[in-house]
Amino acid sequence: MREAPAYTWLVSSVPVTPARRPSFVVRPASGWRLPNARELWPYRDLLLVLAWRDLKLRYSQAVIGVAWVVLQPLLGATILVLIFGRFVGGSGDRPYVLIVFAGFVFWLFFSGAVQRASSSIVLDAKLITKVYFPRVIIPLASIVAALIDLLIGLAVVAVLMAYHGVVPGWQLAALPLLVVLGVAMAMGVGLWLAALNVKYRDFMYAAPFLLQVWLYASPVVYESEAIPDRWRTLYALNPVAGWIDSCRWALLGTSVDTVAVVLSIGITAVVLFSGVLFFHGTERSMADVI
Amino acid sequence: MSELAIRAVDLHKAYSITRAETLSSYRTLREDLHSILRGALRRGSGATREIVKALDGVSFDVSEGEVVGIIGRNGAGKSTLLKLLSRVTDPTAGHAEVYGRVGALLEVGTGFHPELTGHENIYLSATILGLRRAEITRKLAEIVEFAEIGPFLETPVKRYSSGMYMRLAFSVAAHLDPEILVVDEVLAVGDAEFQRKCLGKMNAVSQRGRTVLFVSHNMAAIQQLCGRVIVLDKGRVGFDGPTEEGVLHYMGISAAVAETDLAGRRDRRGTQRLRFRRVELLDAGGEPVTVALSGRDLVIRLHYEADAALDHADVNVAFNVRSPNGTLIANLNTTDSGGLRQPVYRSGYFECRWPRFNLRAGAYDCALYCAINGEVVDWLQNAFRIDVDDGDFYGTGRLVTRDQGDVLIDYSWTSGDRSS
Repeated sequence: MREAPAYTWLVSSVPVTPARRPSFVVRPASGWRLPNARELWPYRDLLLVLAWRDLKLRYSQAVIGVAWVVLQPLLGATILVLIFGRFVGGSGDRPYVLIVFAGFVFWLFFSGAVQRASSSIVLDAKLITKVYFPRVIIPLASIVAALIDLLIGLAVVAVLMAYHGVVPGWQLAALPLLVVLGVAMAMGVGLWLAALNVKYRDFMYAAPFLLQVWLYASPVVYESEAIPDRWRTLYALNPVAGWIDSCRWALLGTSVDTVAVVLSIGITAVVLFSGVLFFHGTERSMADVI
Repeated sequence: MSELAIRAVDLHKAYSITRAETLSSYRTLREDLHSILRGALRRGSGATREIVKALDGVSFDVSEGEVVGIIGRNGAGKSTLLKLLSRVTDPTAGHAEVYGRVGALLEVGTGFHPELTGHENIYLSATILGLRRAEITRKLAEIVEFAEIGPFLETPVKRYSSGMYMRLAFSVAAHLDPEILVVDEVLAVGDAEFQRKCLGKMNAVSQRGRTVLFVSHNMAAIQQLCGRVIVLDKGRVGFDGPTEEGVLHYMGISAAVAETDLAGRRDRRGTQRLRFRRVELLDAGGEPVTVALSGRDLVIRLHYEADAALDHADVNVAFNVRSPNGTLIANLNTTDSGGLRQPVYRSGYFECRWPRFNLRAGAYDCALYCAINGEVVDWLQNAFRIDVDDGDFYGTGRLVTRDQGDVLIDYSWTSGDRSS
C-alpha cells in the first residue's frame, strides 16, 4: 500500500510525448530531386577538415613544402611569359608579364579546382563505402583547398603589381564576386566530372587533356581582344573567357566585354545547376558502384 | 515498453554484377556504349549479368538500449544491413526508420591517413565519423588516454606499431557516443588485450542505455555482449530471439555447411567408378570448421565411395580454387605434389592439408577431379565452397587490408645501402 503513491508519482511524471519522428528514414532513392542545402550545414566542420587535409598532405613530403604554393604560379607564369611573350606582347600600357600573371593565377585556381574535384570522390572511395555524409562535401573541400592556393597566388600578383607601379582601381571591389563566379564554375564542371568518374574512370584520364585545351581556349597567355571580332561571341561561349577577362579587369583595369561576362554567368549557372542535379542523382549509388 | 530505436521493414538490397567479364567494379565508357549497342541489336546477349540479392526481405524492430548481435555466414547480408542502417547505401526496396544519431564503425581507422600525426588523425577521423570540432577538443584527453599513445601524439601514424594504430583508431570510434552504435567485426583484429579493451568499452556503452548493433563471427563476444541475436541466412532473417538459442541456430545452419553433401549431384563427368560423396573442412586439430581463417591450417577432406577396392593404384586427385570473381587461383593436385600411390578403398577419403591458409576473405568455389590409373572417374564443377574470413596471416596482431587481391604471400622486406 505504501508503494502505491510512489508508483503513481512515477507514472504521472512521465511526460506525454507525441509520436516520435524518426531521425531519418532509409528508403530507395527515387528519381531526380533537388538537394537540400540545409542538410549540408551540420557538415561544415567536415568540409574544413577535409580541405585542411588536402592542403596538409599535398606538400607534406616535399622538402620545400609550402613554398610550392608560391613557386607553382610563379614558374608556370614565367614559362608562359618567356614562350609567348615575343609572339603576343603586351597590350596598351600594361606589361605583358602582369597580363599573364593576373590571368594565370585565376586559371590555375580553376584548373586545379576542377582537376582535384573530379578525382576527389574516387580517391576517397574508402570513405564513401564506410561512412555516410553528403558526398558533395568531398569535391567542395577540394575547391576550398584550391581557394587557399588562389589567395597565395593573388599575393604574388600583388607584389608584381607593386613592382610595376600598377595600382588597382575601384574595379577591385568586384573581385570577391568574381571569385564566387569562379568557384561556381569550377564546382559545376568538377561535380559533373566527379560523378562521371565514379562510373567511368575514362574521365580521370581525359580531364588533364580537357584542361590543357581549355587553357589555350581561354585568355590566359593573350587577351580576348586578340580574337577577331566575328569569332568573339563564339569564343565567349567558353565561360572561363569572360571570367578571366573580368578578373584581369578587376586587378589591372584592362578592357572587358560585357556580353562575354553575361554569357559566362549564364553558362556557369546552367553548368552548376545541372552539375548539382546530376551529382545528387548519382550520389546515393556511389558506394555501390565505386 | 521502451521506445523504438530502429524499425526495419522488408529491406531488400540487390546488386547487379557482371560475372567474370569485368574484373573491376567500375566500367569504361567504351564498355557501356558497346553493351548498349549490343543490347539494341539483340536482346539478351551472352553477357552473364547476375542479380545478387544481398538482402531479401529483412524486417525487425530494435528498442532503445537493446544490444543486438547480428550473425550469419559470409555473404548472408550482415555488412549490407549495417551499410543500409548507417545510410552508406540505399535499399532497393523496403525502408527502415532510425530514431537517434547513428555512429557506424564499419572499419577500424575510418579516414586515418598515414602521413598525419595521431593528433591530426583524431580530428580527421572523428570529424568524418560525425563529431563536431568542439566535441573532439573536449574529448581529446580521454581519447589519448584510452589509446595509451601519449608520447607519440605528434608522430605520424605511419610510424606507429600496429597495436598503437589499432588502439588509437578504436579509441576515436569508442568516444563518438552516438545514440545508436553500429559495429562491424571490429573485434576480429588486434591482440587479446585489445579485444578485451574493446569489449569492455562496448559493454560500458550499452550500460549507458545506448542501442548497439554488433556484427561478429566471434560467438564468445556475442554471448558476452548481446541479449538478443538476429541470424541472417541468405539475405533473410533466419532467427530472431535470445542469444543462446540464436547461437545454436547459427551453429546449426553452419554445421550443414562445414560439410558439403555431394551424394545428390548428378552433373558429374567420368566413369563413376569412384564418386565423391561429401567434403569436410577441418582445422589443424581435426575439428570441423564452417569458415576458414587466413593464417590457420586448413584440412580439406574428400570422402568417396568406389565400386571396387584396389590394392595399388595411381591416383590423381585434384581440386581447383576460383576467386569470388571467377579467376582460377590454384589447382591442388596429387601429381604436382609428387604423386599418390595408395590403395583405394570401397569407402574412404583423401585429405589435403593447406598449411597457413593464404587466401583473403571471400567465398571460393572449388571443382573436384579424380583419375585412377589414367582414367577419369569423377569430375564435379562447383563441388564445394570455402568461406574465408580474414585472419592474422602475418602474425602482426592486425588484419590484412581488404580488397587487395585474393592471395596472401609470405614475404619479407629489407633495404640496402649503395651510397658508399
